[in-house]
Amino acid sequence: MLRVAGRRAVWALPLLLTIIVVMFCLLRAIPGDPVQAMVGDFPVPPAYRALIEEKYHLNDPLPTQIVTYLGNIVSGDFGYSYQNQRPVIGLILERAPRTILLASASFAIAIPLGLLLGVLAGTARRPLADKLLTTSALIAYAIPTFWLGQLLVIVFALQLGWLPTQGIGPMISRAHGFAWILERLRYLALPALAFAIHEGMRIARISRASVIDTLGQGYIVTARAKGLTRGAIIRRHILRNASLPVVTIAGYAFGHALGGAVLLETVFAWPGVGLLLVDSIRLRDNMTVIGIVIVSAIAVVVMNLVVDVVYALLDPRIRTAR
Amino acid sequence: MTAPLLDITGLKVHLHVGERIVRAVDGVDLQVAHGTCVGVVGESGSGKSTLARAAARLLPNLPATISGTAQFEGRDLLGMNERALRGLRRRHGFSMIFQDPLGYLNPTQRIGAQIGEALSDEDGAKTPRIAALLDEVGLAGARDIVRRYPHELSGGMRQRVMIAIALASAPKLLFADEPTTALDVTVQLQVLQALYRLHRERQMAIVIITHDLAVVAEICDACHVMQSGRVVESGPTASLFANPQHPYTARLLELSRRRAGVRP
Repeated sequence: MLRVAGRRAVWALPLLLTIIVVMFCLLRAIPGDPVQAMVGDFPVPPAYRALIEEKYHLNDPLPTQIVTYLGNIVSGDFGYSYQNQRPVIGLILERAPRTILLASASFAIAIPLGLLLGVLAGTARRPLADKLLTTSALIAYAIPTFWLGQLLVIVFALQLGWLPTQGIGPMISRAHGFAWILERLRYLALPALAFAIHEGMRIARISRASVIDTLGQGYIVTARAKGLTRGAIIRRHILRNASLPVVTIAGYAFGHALGGAVLLETVFAWPGVGLLLVDSIRLRDNMTVIGIVIVSAIAVVVMNLVVDVVYALLDPRIRTAR
Repeated sequence: MTAPLLDITGLKVHLHVGERIVRAVDGVDLQVAHGTCVGVVGESGSGKSTLARAAARLLPNLPATISGTAQFEGRDLLGMNERALRGLRRRHGFSMIFQDPLGYLNPTQRIGAQIGEALSDEDGAKTPRIAALLDEVGLAGARDIVRRYPHELSGGMRQRVMIAIALASAPKLLFADEPTTALDVTVQLQVLQALYRLHRERQMAIVIITHDLAVVAEICDACHVMQSGRVVESGPTASLFANPQHPYTARLLELSRRRAGVRP
């Protein structure tokens, strides 16, 4: 098990390296003079330019710059955000937990929901039940999250007044302990639900296809020949085997979600990585944008690694392969 | 004379493939007496596997018209509800083994669990019974096999595990659908011998579905030859082989001998 994880991790390193180098080259390709950008609408004195170029190694050859940049990334230095007057890493570290919270809560709902619907549709004895479930899931999946989010706000926040419309918490809160958690959960509920419905429907569609594929396997015939009940066949023989493709899709989607759900965070004013990305693009805060992209790439690569490990846990054939 | 264990009369399985109707099994009579071994021979596509699957109620859920009767110890198999069917499969009824044991064993479940779930709970602790079953199918030497997964075993071992699973319900009748086809020639004989031994020791009736006449000649008391969904000839194995009446049987025999390198 550890060997699988280790081998995959070794493979992930060159991938990350490539991503960072490509991002650095993109950063360099952005038009404009960085020194001029720092100074603003003002002629740059030659002495000052020389000083800055010396300080930031702007005249070093490109390979040297890449190596320096890689060294900086490894030591956690993603540059400085002039718009926010803070190091980029600090900004991302502040935002990331909120995005991780939103993504985790959403997938904690989406995965069981999707699996349940997928198994129900895939094993439905009546074709009509399958068609109804599948069509509803497709319709729900086709609704964009930002619009679904707004619908949820209209119903649950504006009409019923049960939940707050946006944000991550109240401006002023005196709640402590459990009450504080409950208060935060109320803010989390709507964005997580919108996200979960969307992702859950995707997972449901994959699970259904996977369940139907599993139903056609020989070992299901064996299970029937053993005289097992329908429930036992689903629990012991279908769920685990059918969940393999689901793990791939859900893992990939989760990795993607860690990079920030841009539209959803905007709709709900959820101050996560996605909202930071939107603000940074609007303010041309290039260092922050690049930093977010690199961190998102790392998240996707790490999640793929996790998927590989989970895959090996679920399927013994992968553990012994090579 | 007592009623046969399995009594199939006029069984038809007509599969609906689009607009077409495929007469996979088209009016087959087949009787299996207690403790006997019956072979069903035919080329691929002759309907022999469909016949066995229909009798064992293991046909996939496809649009099909099934008519005729199939009785197990006098009980109607085709009209039987799921609950009664499960009862027969779980204890003292019938079970089935298949051509491709790798595909018919769950890849993500340990061998011990796969055998264990075929055992009924009423007969006591499962661990010793799993070990006994493994002994019986000739896997006594491989004690750790219960903790292994199907892909870690050889083809012959997998088929023996399949047989152990089938034996777990102490069936009176075993359907063996091409049990040796996917195996190496040397292993084929071993598995066949194991089946024959179990047939004798347990007084268990076997229906062997095969395209290999040598298999039938080896262990079957009676033999039915199928072509295009019908039984074209049947009778005791010895007389059928010595004196084939139907040209199709004669041709099958001829081909089989030629392949074995034995000129008639």
